Amino acid sequence: MSVLGLSLPRLRLNGLLGMGILTTVVLVAILGPVLVSGDPLALDFRARLMGPGPGHPLGGDEFGRDVMMRLIHGARTSIWIAFFTTCFAILSGLVVGILAGFLRGWTDRVLMMFNDALLAFPGLLLALGFMAVFGASRHGIIIALGLAYMPAVVRVVRGTVLSLREREFVEASRVMGNSEAVTMMRHILPNCLAPVTVLATTMFGWVILAESALSFLGLGVPPPEPSWGNMLSTARPYAAQAPHLILLPGLCISITLLGVNMFGDAIRDWLDPKMQG
Amino acid sequence: MLKFLLTRIASAVPTLLIVTAAIFALMRMIPGDPAVLMLGDMAQPGQVEELRQRMGLDQPLPIQFVTWLGKVLSGDFGQSIATGEPVLPLIFERFGVSASVVLIAVVLASVIAVPAGMIAAWRQNSLGDVAIVGTATLMLSVPSFWLGLMLLTVFGLWLGWLPVVGYVSLADDPTAGLLYLIMPVLTLVMVEAGAITRMARASTIEVARLEYITHARAKGLSERAVMWRHAFRNAFAPTWTLIGLILGSLLANIAVTETVFTIPGLGRMLIDGIFARDYPVVQGCMLFIAFIYVAVNLLVDLIYPLLDPRVAA
Repeated sequence: MSVLGLSLPRLRLNGLLGMGILTTVVLVAILGPVLVSGDPLALDFRARLMGPGPGHPLGGDEFGRDVMMRLIHGARTSIWIAFFTTCFAILSGLVVGILAGFLRGWTDRVLMMFNDALLAFPGLLLALGFMAVFGASRHGIIIALGLAYMPAVVRVVRGTVLSLREREFVEASRVMGNSEAVTMMRHILPNCLAPVTVLATTMFGWVILAESALSFLGLGVPPPEPSWGNMLSTARPYAAQAPHLILLPGLCISITLLGVNMFGDAIRDWLDPKMQG
Repeated sequence: MLKFLLTRIASAVPTLLIVTAAIFALMRMIPGDPAVLMLGDMAQPGQVEELRQRMGLDQPLPIQFVTWLGKVLSGDFGQSIATGEPVLPLIFERFGVSASVVLIAVVLASVIAVPAGMIAAWRQNSLGDVAIVGTATLMLSVPSFWLGLMLLTVFGLWLGWLPVVGYVSLADDPTAGLLYLIMPVLTLVMVEAGAITRMARASTIEVARLEYITHARAKGLSERAVMWRHAFRNAFAPTWTLIGLILGSLLANIAVTETVFTIPGLGRMLIDGIFARDYPVVQGCMLFIAFIYVAVNLLVDLIYPLLDPRVAA
């Protein structure tokens, strides 16, 4: 079996473990709300700040809402946002990077000027600036983080395209009379996919982390809709009475990120066998 | 050497100019008229019009930008809408707080992580390597705000060893200041050491494969001499860039840690500004953080030739 022209058996144990964690989280995000019925917003005042117990397997939060339901819906929020943000950053980065790298000249210079300006900001600072403009909402986060992470994709894609455009097969495509657009789509784009895949996996982790940080700051997913980040934020005053409210959402973020990082490492080792030693 | 320095410094000027323009544009995209924001909802239309004229908001955007840029260059970052205080002195004050936390944390993290990464690389695929890489990956996966909250709950609330809320400046009271710094610094060290360890390991592995290392070994040098005299300098250079990037970006990322530990730093000032729609504060903080980020990266590049003999200046 092969993916992107590489054989699967070389995916090592940690890669499989990472893939397992990631698959589980994605399945919980997609199927959880269907399989486990319950309302993440339903109030049960008897369960207020209650630890894990009957009726509420993972306890209740400061309003007596079921923590397990909120974690499951939080997974859905995180994965949903991370998926669309990564897609947005990768797709726009591919378009800009290929245009700049392949057409060169003024197009390249102008596009890269803007790109370098965006790269001159720390990622989270740029995202915070965009959040100030768009306001705290799901769509706001996707656009803000997507724009903040796009420049990294542009760099990688442009670099790849610059080395590709000198190769014989691109020359051959031109000689055959193909238009620039056809050459870009059929010969340049497919060759950019390997490095972009590596970046996409890493970025998926960055986005999950950044989204939870923004939500923790109150600039991400607005309450009452649950996200792992805003659950941590609202639980802060109750850390002493109900430590499970702090422990559980953070554990969810960490385990998911661990899965993403291990999977990302495996994919990178796979594409860059040097690192395996 | 001088030419390299000057070219590199000059190359930062257009970057800074575009960064300033980007922040200016971003602030103008924030919904709502700044004049209305400043006067509140109860203002008369006449008053708003007068303030708009006084603030130059009736001028075309490019002229507004040039006027604003001139003020920024002369050190006038405007006044906070909420308090009326000038923004720049406030930024300097808050920056001192954030910078002390960030600097201590990054230095400690590097001192721990660089040797750890190199040892892991030297004993690649050994049990020690697996343990170090595993720990680093684990630390990379823990969000700083969660780690901070957990430390706060355990050492502050349960054990009562460390103060939970507030901040005391090191300059005012060194002992108390140090007590307040322990948890925030520990949080950042643990989170950032993961990334640095992995980078140090990867670049050492890259270097250890090169022929001159084999040659050094063939000469009969001890492993320690090969590692420190020959591998370290070349392997450290990429890690140095990463440390610079972390140092620069932490100034923005620290907003989260400052929120957890209620530290009155620059990051917190930015977040509070965003909530209060105090756009001169937001603008000033963003500009300052971006400026420091560019400056730190510039400094890292300038020091690079001293570390990496292959980059001839």
